[in-house]
Amino acid sequence: MAELLQFVFSGLTVGAIYALVALGFTLIYNASDIINFAQGEFVMLGGMTTVFMALAGVPLPLAALIAIIVTTGVGLALHRFAIEPARGASSVALIMITIGASVFLRGVAQVVFDKRFHSLPPLFGADSIQFGGAAILPQSLVVLAGATVIVILLWLFVERTLLGKAVIATAANRLAARLIGVDTRRIVDFSFAVSAAIGAIAGILITPITLTSYDVGTLLALKGFAAAMLGGIGSPLGAVVGGLLIGMIEALSAGYLSSSYKDAVAFLIILVVLVAMPQGLFGRVKVERV
Amino acid sequence: MRTLQRVTVTAAIGLAVLLSAGHQASAQTKIGAVLSVTGPASFLGDPEKKTLEIYVDEINAKGGVNGQKLQLIVYDDAGNANNARTFATRLVEEDKIDAMVGGSTTGSTLAMIPVFEDAKIPFISLAGAIQIIEPVHKWVFKTPHTDKMACEKIFADLKHRNLTTIAMISGTDAFGKSMRDQCVAVAPQAGIKIATEESYGPRDSDMTPQLTKIHNTAGVQAVVNPGFGQGPAIVTRNYRQLGIKLPFYQSHGVASKQFIELAGPAAEGVRLPAAALLIADKLPNKDPQKPVVVNYTRTYQQKSGQAVSTFGGHAYDGLMILVQAMQRAKSADKSKVRDEIEKTKGYIGTGGIVNMSPTDHMGLDLSAFHMLEIKGGDWTLVPGT
Amino acid sequence: MSLRALLEIRLLPAILVAAIVIILPLFFPSAYYYRIGALVFIFALAVVGLNLLMGFAGQVSLGHAGFLGIGAYSVAIGPVHFGAPSWLCLFVGAILSGAVAFAVGRPILKLKGHYLAVATLGFGLLVAIVLTNEAGWTGGPDGMNVPALTLFGWRVHGSDAWYWIAGATFVGGFLLALNLMESPTGRALQAIHDSEIAARVLGIDVARKKLTIFIISAMYASVAGSFLALFNGLITPDVAGFLGSIELVAMVVLGGMGSIFGSLVGAAVLVVLPQVLTIFHEYEQALLGLIVMVFMIFLRQGIVPSVTVALAGWRK
Repeated sequence: MAELLQFVFSGLTVGAIYALVALGFTLIYNASDIINFAQGEFVMLGGMTTVFMALAGVPLPLAALIAIIVTTGVGLALHRFAIEPARGASSVALIMITIGASVFLRGVAQVVFDKRFHSLPPLFGADSIQFGGAAILPQSLVVLAGATVIVILLWLFVERTLLGKAVIATAANRLAARLIGVDTRRIVDFSFAVSAAIGAIAGILITPITLTSYDVGTLLALKGFAAAMLGGIGSPLGAVVGGLLIGMIEALSAGYLSSSYKDAVAFLIILVVLVAMPQGLFGRVKVERV
Repeated sequence: MRTLQRVTVTAAIGLAVLLSAGHQASAQTKIGAVLSVTGPASFLGDPEKKTLEIYVDEINAKGGVNGQKLQLIVYDDAGNANNARTFATRLVEEDKIDAMVGGSTTGSTLAMIPVFEDAKIPFISLAGAIQIIEPVHKWVFKTPHTDKMACEKIFADLKHRNLTTIAMISGTDAFGKSMRDQCVAVAPQAGIKIATEESYGPRDSDMTPQLTKIHNTAGVQAVVNPGFGQGPAIVTRNYRQLGIKLPFYQSHGVASKQFIELAGPAAEGVRLPAAALLIADKLPNKDPQKPVVVNYTRTYQQKSGQAVSTFGGHAYDGLMILVQAMQRAKSADKSKVRDEIEKTKGYIGTGGIVNMSPTDHMGLDLSAFHMLEIKGGDWTLVPGT
Repeated sequence: MSLRALLEIRLLPAILVAAIVIILPLFFPSAYYYRIGALVFIFALAVVGLNLLMGFAGQVSLGHAGFLGIGAYSVAIGPVHFGAPSWLCLFVGAILSGAVAFAVGRPILKLKGHYLAVATLGFGLLVAIVLTNEAGWTGGPDGMNVPALTLFGWRVHGSDAWYWIAGATFVGGFLLALNLMESPTGRALQAIHDSEIAARVLGIDVARKKLTIFIISAMYASVAGSFLALFNGLITPDVAGFLGSIELVAMVVLGGMGSIFGSLVGAAVLVVLPQVLTIFHEYEQALLGLIVMVFMIFLRQGIVPSVTVALAGWRK
């Protein structure tokens, strides 16, 4: 029983990390239909900027704030200078731009920062919490709480604010949104900025567990993307559920099946779920316009 | 239209750059290097590149080798064997190098061996696996200890502590997998029983399920973790998180002060086999390696602003073995230099004392490894090893 | 006759490509250039296949390197573990890839857009994970040696030999792809690309056509993978990895989706570019990313279609 509980704790830890990364994909997708493959680099920038600010003697909370602002700026710049000029290009071309951006940001990070691994101190110490014979780090709960808060905020934003409605309107039909007076460019700007900020927050919260380096983004983006798709792209709740599910599957298969094939099991289950539910768990059905 | 102009200009610049790159001043001794400066093995390639650059500059400042300046040409294979092979071809055909240092990873090295064997150019690899020098390739040498030696060193220490049943948790990256295979191969001879085995992906962030399973396996007396990168640091943290009290061994893959920083207090009591470089200031004064490792540590930290790792040390050894062979050969003639590298005897480097022979293209023995234990956030030498 | 009209003649592009293969070596000063050339044609072959899938059938695959991996390891495992001749293993690999594509494609090609992307991505990762873990068969992450190809007693060795083999195969694959596009299947595919529902209304068996093209594109990738393995003499699981798949997609998009000739241009740009960028040392990666972005922003249709349009506009 303690063994199972430990596997579940591990699944929660890893799943919360994926969920936090996956959340970053949803808003950009909602506003512009783009899968942003540079999302992992936002996570990296959040963690790495905080680390280097802290190394330069900036107090940690301030360093984290600067990291979020810097990353938000990068997200905004990505939209203004790369996505916006290519508006009207095919969705594959736009995805390719975000992949280019991810290579670019990684390339810049290895020059501006370095190529070593770094860590941040956990918020509530490194001593694990014992429960029922299993152990979990307080930081895992912090990551989980972070994901929960972001989901609630996103939900409130979309449901309760005019800006949120505008994002949905832009996603549904850009032209129609513009006709009713929505500044769609500003809306997409906004969605990139917020997604970047979410990425940065994710980077700062998970670094005490995962450690960070200039190339930490690639795999996180991969898992985050898979989680977002499993949950149904565009749904914040789906992103979190997808993330937790993948984390849980990985931990349980590492525990009960084979640790070498845990990633394989996770992707196999994603394949099966998608074949059974082609829109993911919480995705909306899109009608193809003829 | 403007688009087309832009494309034309870009293409023209690209072509000009390509053409000018090939033609540079010669009458120098050219040393090539293909290193994994970026990608998953960048913490090997990065210090290796820095080390080569620092020491080539230093040698040139003192007048070069045999009156000729050294020219270092480094390419980054990003850890990809196909890229390594292409750059190796380029070094041979275009840059016309006289000798080669590096290949950070085993995969890259194995991909490049045929190129340098065909071109008859001496090649000193910086990668670990034993396949590089067994069977012996005429033109291929290597400086790091083999993974097999690391396993033997760990197993010897286990026997010394009367521990015979172990569990292994290894990374699925090239380093972890290769060392794991070697450990499994030598365990029976060493009288060690491997009770259970687990693995983790190179970028995993939590290994508690694997460690829980190991913890629940009856009879396990110690745990060994072959791996490099950030994985071992996370395994070590998880080890403490679960409160496992069994003796814990890391490999020579974590051989840098950074591991202690990343793993934090959880690293206390962890043992690992490592070269003298890590404990430069703690070596007894009579140790022949002391001046070399102290010097290298000081120079590297000064010039790069980073802590030394044994990986950079491998590059230092490779370059110095090559330079000394060139000095003995009194030329950069490839065949003579190769012969002299093979005759290297009593070279004192960061990795140990190297004695090569026609059948041994590495020239290190187990005495090159020290068993270290982490105490008070620093390396300490385990007495009697 | 305008250039555009010239390009529209069916056989002309193939003759043009054959001429490129033959004339290029006149400017090659060393074996290194032959190697680059051979790599361009090998990757271009895989890219042609992927372009059929992406550009004509409108289906994205983020796991195509998985088929490259199956082809590569077929010519490694076959000769080493079973003593089979390399050329036979090349064909077996292609058939195996086709069979795997059939099995995988049937369920996942029903998915749309990004969901198909993540499903193919999962497939590619599965292949890479198996290749990494089954070290007894594949040598694990350090890779395994691949015995050289022997044809009629001739041991194929050296960059120039592989340049000609890869070049000739590419011309063949290129021709085949052109013909395929002109066939009823090709026309049906383009209808699917334009609108899947409209195609279905017209009575086209959409699922079956998509599956056919997925299988063909898998076989292209497999042959390319076999060539890569035989050419290098060593193969590592990287070949099947996620980054490999992304690179293939980038080659398709950069050269121009739906342009078979663009496949060659896309492969050439992404094989040659890293070689040029080495002079920028640590800025290499950043520049590579920047160049990909700039290309996609200014030539959003891909290089070949955009340049063709620009040239046509110039004429007027």
